[in-house]
Amino acid sequence: MNFRAIAAALAATVAIPFAAANATDLEVTHWWTSGGEAAAVAELAKAFDATGNKWVDGAIAGSGGTARPIMVSRITGGDPMGATQFNHGRQAEELVEAGLMRDLTDVATKGNWKEVIRPASLLESCTIDGKIYCAPVNIHSWQWLWLSNGAFEKAGVAVPKNWDEFVAAAPALEKAGIVPLAVGGQPWQTSGAFDVLMLSLAGKDVFLKVFGDKDAEVAAGPEIAKVFKAADDARRMAKGTNVQDWNQATNMVITGKAGGQIMGDWAQGEFQVAGQVAGKDYSCLPGLGVNEVIATGGDAFYFPVLEDGEKSKAQDALAETLVDPKTQVAFNLKKGSLPVRGDVDLDAANDCMKKGLDILAKGNVVQWTDQLLSPDSQKQKEDLFSEFFANASMTPEDAQKRFADIIAAAD
Amino acid sequence: MSDRTIQARPAAAAGALVATLSGPSGAKPKRRLSGRNIMIYGTLFVAAAYYLLPLYVMVVTSLKGMPEIRLGNIFSPPLEITFEPWVKAWSSACTGLNCDGLSRGFWNSVRITIPSTIISIMIASINGYALSNWRFKGADFFFTILIVGAFIPYQVMIYPIVIVLREIGLYGSLSGLVIVHTIFGMPILTLLFRNYFASLPEELFKAARIDGAGFWAIYFRIMLPMALPIFVVAMILQITGIWNDFLFGVVFTRPEYYPMTVQLNNIVNSVQGVKEYNVNMAATILTGAVPLLVYFISGRLFVRGIAAGAVKG
Amino acid sequence: MTGHAQAGRPNRLLRNLNAKIASIPMMLTAVVIFLGGTLWTVLYSFTNSKLLPRLKFVGLEQYERLWSTPRWLMSIENLAVFGVFSLVFSLLIGFVLAALMDQKIRFENTFRTIFLYPFALSFIVTGLVWQWLLNPEFGIQSVVRSLGWTSFDFNPLYNQEIVIYGILIAALWQGTGLVMCLMLAGLRGIDEDIWKAARVDGIPTWRTYVFIIIPMMRPVFITTLVIIASGIVRVYDLVVAQTSGGPGIASEVPAKYVYDYMFLAQNLGQGFAASTMMLLAVAIIIVPWAYLEFGGGRKRV
Repeated sequence: MNFRAIAAALAATVAIPFAAANATDLEVTHWWTSGGEAAAVAELAKAFDATGNKWVDGAIAGSGGTARPIMVSRITGGDPMGATQFNHGRQAEELVEAGLMRDLTDVATKGNWKEVIRPASLLESCTIDGKIYCAPVNIHSWQWLWLSNGAFEKAGVAVPKNWDEFVAAAPALEKAGIVPLAVGGQPWQTSGAFDVLMLSLAGKDVFLKVFGDKDAEVAAGPEIAKVFKAADDARRMAKGTNVQDWNQATNMVITGKAGGQIMGDWAQGEFQVAGQVAGKDYSCLPGLGVNEVIATGGDAFYFPVLEDGEKSKAQDALAETLVDPKTQVAFNLKKGSLPVRGDVDLDAANDCMKKGLDILAKGNVVQWTDQLLSPDSQKQKEDLFSEFFANASMTPEDAQKRFADIIAAAD
Repeated sequence: MSDRTIQARPAAAAGALVATLSGPSGAKPKRRLSGRNIMIYGTLFVAAAYYLLPLYVMVVTSLKGMPEIRLGNIFSPPLEITFEPWVKAWSSACTGLNCDGLSRGFWNSVRITIPSTIISIMIASINGYALSNWRFKGADFFFTILIVGAFIPYQVMIYPIVIVLREIGLYGSLSGLVIVHTIFGMPILTLLFRNYFASLPEELFKAARIDGAGFWAIYFRIMLPMALPIFVVAMILQITGIWNDFLFGVVFTRPEYYPMTVQLNNIVNSVQGVKEYNVNMAATILTGAVPLLVYFISGRLFVRGIAAGAVKG
Repeated sequence: MTGHAQAGRPNRLLRNLNAKIASIPMMLTAVVIFLGGTLWTVLYSFTNSKLLPRLKFVGLEQYERLWSTPRWLMSIENLAVFGVFSLVFSLLIGFVLAALMDQKIRFENTFRTIFLYPFALSFIVTGLVWQWLLNPEFGIQSVVRSLGWTSFDFNPLYNQEIVIYGILIAALWQGTGLVMCLMLAGLRGIDEDIWKAARVDGIPTWRTYVFIIIPMMRPVFITTLVIIASGIVRVYDLVVAQTSGGPGIASEVPAKYVYDYMFLAQNLGQGFAASTMMLLAVAIIIVPWAYLEFGGGRKRV
């Protein structure tokens, strides 16, 4: 209770110098609650508060799975928040079509988003019928293999440079009592890891044929069979992980209990919070060291239609702030993700982020499965892979057959 | 016997009724140290260990520091007792940008639980009374639906209820949440009250009718005072259920009304580096404290209330 | 039924008017929420609604997909296993504890409090605590191993063959106390004379329980059954808190399938089809019984 009063007082003192004390509270919901994530959100809040408004934090822990239903219920129930996080892609499509989301085209035109935001596919994900409905804040790429240098040293093998070397090093790690590959129990992690294996090992074209064109024949074909073979390796290497959350799995890599983890660049925030240095304590291999392509998944903010005119103004201000170069730098450095605009300077970025920026600059990018598939197909895929990774008796062939069925029915 | 624990005086009538029901009725043990006694107490102690173990681990863990947790085993008592985790869980654990622990949700939980408990019990008791004493045509139809409703998973009903609340303009408000709790508490509570009122001597009701008392007069003057034991049961069930609710609290309200369980979920699921098991356990105990207290204080009345009512069909 | 208000029956609608007015909240809940919500759900299960409900009918497509989904089949199987064991063990443990408590024992209040307190805790809390106790790295398994029994293997939550029993252990811990209370209350409602008579006739104690006492406790068993069974069908939070359905899909349950497909997969039609199957199963089992039990036809004490 007291906290509210203090917070309000604090906010007021911050706000007055900038705007004539007409701070508007805007509730922002998101599911960024891990250490690195929370630090990044604080940057957004700081930047927004500096515009004379007030960021009211509505964090809901437990990843998108817990938070999204709540967000959707509130929007459809007629009591929307001021702004909300979704992943790039199709999660909010229908809310927009139902007219529940605010058109940001004016803000986007003013900020010249079409020019500055890269890759262009990000803004395309926000665009429905020629109007822009969301403000992208970051690019997250899934295609990273994080390796614990300490673990490999202990096992007496060199830190691998690519996936095959990693697989080859697994027995040595196991002998040293180290789990080769940490994979958390949450379904999205296994399904994401498979997508990464596919993009890295089978390449961009196959990836796009399967997920973009929903070509079930390719999905049932020999290239994908190879990917399932690799997934089978990964399954064997992940035995004994016994954790649920992704950052607990990351923590196994940080502490050297596990050799590596296939996880998005958000894992970087955890290494940072733990005070580890890229290159020295841990290594990162974009595209698993095989195919240096990264996908442009990530997060965007959507703004529900509100009746209060003041709040709508605050929404505009927030949308502007999110894409603002300064915010982009501050936020993405903390989050470990890449900025959505090419014209900002990320000198402070560490080795791993620089690798990512390089690949991005070269244009080796591809749309991620959140953008290509409906949440429904994604969920089916998650069910399949969480079963596959947990059930050693499920053969790669069976799994591939079911995978092809999902792709055939996908929309 | 009845004067031993029933504190409320108006319940004297009900107390008399309870008295006949509350003594142990099993076969009397003869000797102190018979094999039979050893078996009985042995079984009870083993069972008690199973029930107590988790609580013990929770308390012990919440009093340890993180280094000790990482090294030691979960059953060993703390080497160095620290209340840090409790303080942190209550007032400084973070989710997102809010670092004010569980304290934020405590009063919300109180504000949700009190009206929801009172209203749901009032309505259910009237339902039960009408169903057992004033049966009208079709009443059984509604009651059957209600009982079947007890089996409907909450998740299934979220969407329809969002729509209903939106249409009556209560979505996101405290009253909306109170209505939701009343709805989902209704089946079991109505069953309890209906059974209880049906078990009261019929002569009471008849005599009042002959005296010319109507529906409400009989309810307030005769039934309500007689129903105290079952009110206690209903109250305990509702306080527990509503206080522990997470799903409705988070789906049907806005953040300023989020109950404590939402903060608990946030604290437990926001892993910042390592899982802070001690803080999680402290948060868990703090969140469960209110219903636990209710049980410890009124657990005896609970069994009596059930004995007095729920068992008669 | 003991109450009698149907003595005379002039002007039917007005008769009992107060009772009808008083029952309006109940009628609204029953008809609008439970019945209306159910019909609405069934209707939309025939559509291809995604994030928002839309009336675009696709016939039985959602059901065909549902019954060919391995996860749904696994959920049903788990619910059956969990349901049977949880019903049997809740009643068994609850009754045995109650019978023991009914032996004029000392410290009855203490024992009762110990058995009952877990019921005050939510499923989320229950799930967390047991997840912690059953964790192989620092829970029971590791403690027993550190005592010297190094081959001791007790890791239900990460073994898909037995994970559902890991959940069962937690569910029984939370719920049997209430069953015990209900049973105890039932036993206390039995007339002492019956025991005396049984003793005079020389009937062994266990036979008295099985053939005389338990049949007399029918109403208690019915209340208990409603409470246990409704809890089983709705099991969700516990699974989420303990295993999130894992490892893999080994501990998925139907209520979780419904929720995940409605909200995570944003495929309302699929979620509604699963809901409808659950409702149908409930209806087939419960409605005839509920009507017999609570319906108008029968007269009981």
